Amino acid sequence: MLDVVNLSHTYGKGPSAHQALGGIDLNVAEGELVCVVGPSGCGKSTLLRSIAGLIKPTAGQIRIRDVAVSDTPGDLAVVFQDYSRSLFPWMTVGDNVALPLRRRGGDRAARRAAAADALEEVGLAAAATKYPWELSGGMQQRVAIARALAYRPSLLLMDEPFGSVDAQTREDLEDLVLKVRELHRMTVLLITHDIDESVYLGDRVIVLKKSPATVVGELSVKLPFPRDQIATRELPAFVHLRAEVGRLVRGKDPFRPFQA
Amino acid sequence: MISARVARGAAGVAGLLIAGELAGITGLIDPDLLPRMSTVLSGAVSLATDGDFLLDVQGTLLVWGLGLLIAVLIAVPLGVLLGSMPRTERAVRPLIEFMRPVPSVVLIPLVTLLIPSDHGVKVTVIVFAASWPILINTMYGLKDVDPVAKDTLRSFGFGDLSILGRVSLPSAAPFMLTGVRLATSIALVVALSAELLAGGSDGIGAYMIRAGAGSRTDLVLAATIWTGVLGLLANSLLLSVQRRAFRWHTVKSGGGS
Repeated sequence: MLDVVNLSHTYGKGPSAHQALGGIDLNVAEGELVCVVGPSGCGKSTLLRSIAGLIKPTAGQIRIRDVAVSDTPGDLAVVFQDYSRSLFPWMTVGDNVALPLRRRGGDRAARRAAAADALEEVGLAAAATKYPWELSGGMQQRVAIARALAYRPSLLLMDEPFGSVDAQTREDLEDLVLKVRELHRMTVLLITHDIDESVYLGDRVIVLKKSPATVVGELSVKLPFPRDQIATRELPAFVHLRAEVGRLVRGKDPFRPFQA
Repeated sequence: MISARVARGAAGVAGLLIAGELAGITGLIDPDLLPRMSTVLSGAVSLATDGDFLLDVQGTLLVWGLGLLIAVLIAVPLGVLLGSMPRTERAVRPLIEFMRPVPSVVLIPLVTLLIPSDHGVKVTVIVFAASWPILINTMYGLKDVDPVAKDTLRSFGFGDLSILGRVSLPSAAPFMLTGVRLATSIALVVALSAELLAGGSDGIGAYMIRAGAGSRTDLVLAATIWTGVLGLLANSLLLSVQRRAFRWHTVKSGGGS
């Protein structure tokens, strides 16, 4: 569904140039939830911004459903970490969710109905007439998720979506993503620096190393669904996977206890 | 809390009035030089029903309002244009910084030569003075638009023009209104200055000149009080519009939620 081929990006020119991405290859299959994990400042966001068409990568190719992406694809949605900056404070929650639907055509009533459905899915049916800043941080991020859902994107990109909320809210939002993704068979690429989160959410985890970012490993997460914050995280397979991902992130060799 | 602030402000005004009155009664100040406050206040009350004075107030309101309106029509679009084109803005900025501190009063002789009508002179000078705060605040508001907000709309496939209309302008609107509010006070000052310096037959300034020529210092001061009241009213009106329409902005910049 999404193919990223040999993607490179360099900020600036000359001696002060900084190469953020150093030839990244990855793909996401239809309906798959892939987590990209890597240390802070490794270029994860540059990767996501390239896919979203917000920056033009210096080299490489991005294809969505075999169509090369130039500019903004227009058929994807992004959930940013900074919900308070990404939602528009001068609009009600309902209008925020309905706004992108203008790109989809349809009349005002249809947009409102779609927005109301999406808000209901994230458990905020009653908040449509409120303003974003009247809601808690976790609720604001739910609104941002509802906005992405209402748009019915063929690809949902999430950039550290739970980086600014407390631990309890984070777990709730993780389960919300799993739920809506299951419901709509959505294709999701989620970027995080949290190793546990990448394993808990992902069908597959892609690990990046930093400066410039390159793919150092890829793990298939074969944990049963539905996932559960307590039960899934105590499975031996979960513990093993998070150790593997952790080693890749830290750039250490696999731990081999029986070899001297 | 608000009523306490009002009470304190009123106490300050009352203190000044009482001190002025006492200075007159005790003979500290010659009432021929500075009339007693009670005389000035009763003069102000009588002016409220004085047909001639009200015509002059009307004249001032006309040039004040017209000047402001034209300033908004020029400075807001220009500010939006410059604020969304950083390179052009950098080229024009030194020019703005050079022109902005020029006191508009010094333009009156020049403008008088160029424009025959005295109303035209007043409005021109007001437009010149009132445009700067609106222009600067609009430019600042546009540069202050959150890049994440713009990226959000862009990622959904919206183009530059939609982003300008749906994100940049609403987000900069509170700054524009602040500019207009500052310009309103400046415009009133300039309107009075122009009326006093450029002559002309109507306006509060013209009334003051006539009252001064008749040695009615009390009425000059009474007219001054009404000018202050006009400025205060305009400012509070715009402040309350700002609080109501842009509550989201106050809440956000106040670090709320």
